Amino acid sequence: MKLTDISGDINEWFDGSGPLADIVISSRIRLARNLAAYKFLNRCSVAERAAILKKLRDILISLDLGDEVFYVSVDKAPILDRDFLVERHLISRNHATGKGPRGVVIARREFFTAMINEEDHLRIQVLKGGLRLSECTEQINHIDDMIEQKVDFAFSPRYGYLTACPTNLGTGIRVSVMLHLPALKMTGQIEKFFNAARDMSLAVRGLFGEGTEAAGDFYQISNQVTLGISERDVVSQFENSIIPEIVEYENAARNQLLSKRADVLDDKIARAMALLRNAHLISSQEALFLLSHLRLGINMHKHMGISTPAIDRLYTLSQPDGDARKHRGLSITTINRLFMLTQPAHLQLNHGKPLSPTRRDALRAKIIRSALSKDIPS
Amino acid sequence: MQCQSCNKNEATIHLTEITDGVRTELHICESCAHQQGIIVKSQIPLNELLSNLLAAQPTEEELFGSSEQKQSCPQCGFTLRRFRKVGLLGCPYDYEVFEKSLLPLIEKAHNGQTVHCGKVPSKATVNTKKQIKLATLRRQLQAALRNEDYERAAKLRDRINQLES
Repeated sequence: MKLTDISGDINEWFDGSGPLADIVISSRIRLARNLAAYKFLNRCSVAERAAILKKLRDILISLDLGDEVFYVSVDKAPILDRDFLVERHLISRNHATGKGPRGVVIARREFFTAMINEEDHLRIQVLKGGLRLSECTEQINHIDDMIEQKVDFAFSPRYGYLTACPTNLGTGIRVSVMLHLPALKMTGQIEKFFNAARDMSLAVRGLFGEGTEAAGDFYQISNQVTLGISERDVVSQFENSIIPEIVEYENAARNQLLSKRADVLDDKIARAMALLRNAHLISSQEALFLLSHLRLGINMHKHMGISTPAIDRLYTLSQPDGDARKHRGLSITTINRLFMLTQPAHLQLNHGKPLSPTRRDALRAKIIRSALSKDIPS
Repeated sequence: MQCQSCNKNEATIHLTEITDGVRTELHICESCAHQQGIIVKSQIPLNELLSNLLAAQPTEEELFGSSEQKQSCPQCGFTLRRFRKVGLLGCPYDYEVFEKSLLPLIEKAHNGQTVHCGKVPSKATVNTKKQIKLATLRRQLQAALRNEDYERAAKLRDRINQLES
């Protein structure tokens, strides 16, 4: 199994399906675990790290996950491969740049990954498209049980699962939901969302987790408290109150944009389209930013039945005229594919060799131009 | 205080700027701040928060020279000094060795909570499972009382008594 086997397409959780998928991109649950028989990583020798890695890798690749699994030795992988894994949300930035023997076990369909020797000995995560946290919980709990049959995790009756950093102590659970909130951003309400999240002890981060800027109006919201609240309660808070509320605010902001600033909205969508269809050099930041506006336009049409001149242009130009399959308008899948495949490491891996930033900007622009002209005839 | 810019809303953002030794203060509301491009940093990175907590934390121990300050973990040789530097512990046993010093930090990081509630490894002893179940039930009982759901509270109390007997 090579990384290029998966790099040519989007992953399953990013295919635009799932509950509330117009706003909720993905649901992710991660558990932090450490082997009882070993010290935490920062006190482990290289030999001990290697022993932990071997033990956990052997267990993980033998698990029955209902999917093919493969292993990547992160410390030995080329930088481009590591960057690709980060872009794909299969490993964290920290894992890519860390030290010593470490690796990741990945399910072929990318719903499951297990980082070995990141900050803790083991960090397993389950990812699904849309708001599907209960399903993630059920699945990760089952996987955790299977692993626990074979090893003893560090656990204390008082503090729960023991982790290298006291901030993960207890359940070791991190619930993260990735959201697309362009209208809250455009209407200047995003700071309010940050403040409300902070008051609830939640963390808001950019597309790639800790320490990253929000790009393309994508935000990750996650819990910080892991002690004294059960896994079930955290998940239920997210699934039944926090996320539905944010979705409601975003929808309200979309309606507000439409009723008060339809011209601004239209301008942004039309400009985004014009630039994306005509640019010959485009940075990944600019592409994210512009594609975000197209994504908003398509979803407003699809989920709210909105019609404005610029939104209609994404469709009416391409209304079925005899051949429905030929002109079906711009789809969310096309936009998501562009988001994913035009990231720097994706571009280079799919191109077959490293490229300079300028060459990447040219290739990115070309891919976007061709995708947009295919779906929407000019 | 009223917003100095629009004179309408309550000023919630207070900005002190010192340029070339001259101090100026600005008191404005959120929407004016936004219009003027002043961005309020609302998200403190976790690492920063942690190191602030660590730096601010054990004054008492430092004053009275707690035994934990000088101690090193017999399992991994870890010290609190090192923890302050890296923000990560050396081994699971550190939670016991440095419990007194870590507890205030754990409490702050977890909204005042200091006892696990949730999943227990299936291999844990029957007694461990019982203790955690009891802690969970007690917490649920408190929540039920807070919400004035006395029917549920009574049921929870019965289950707690049953487990304890």
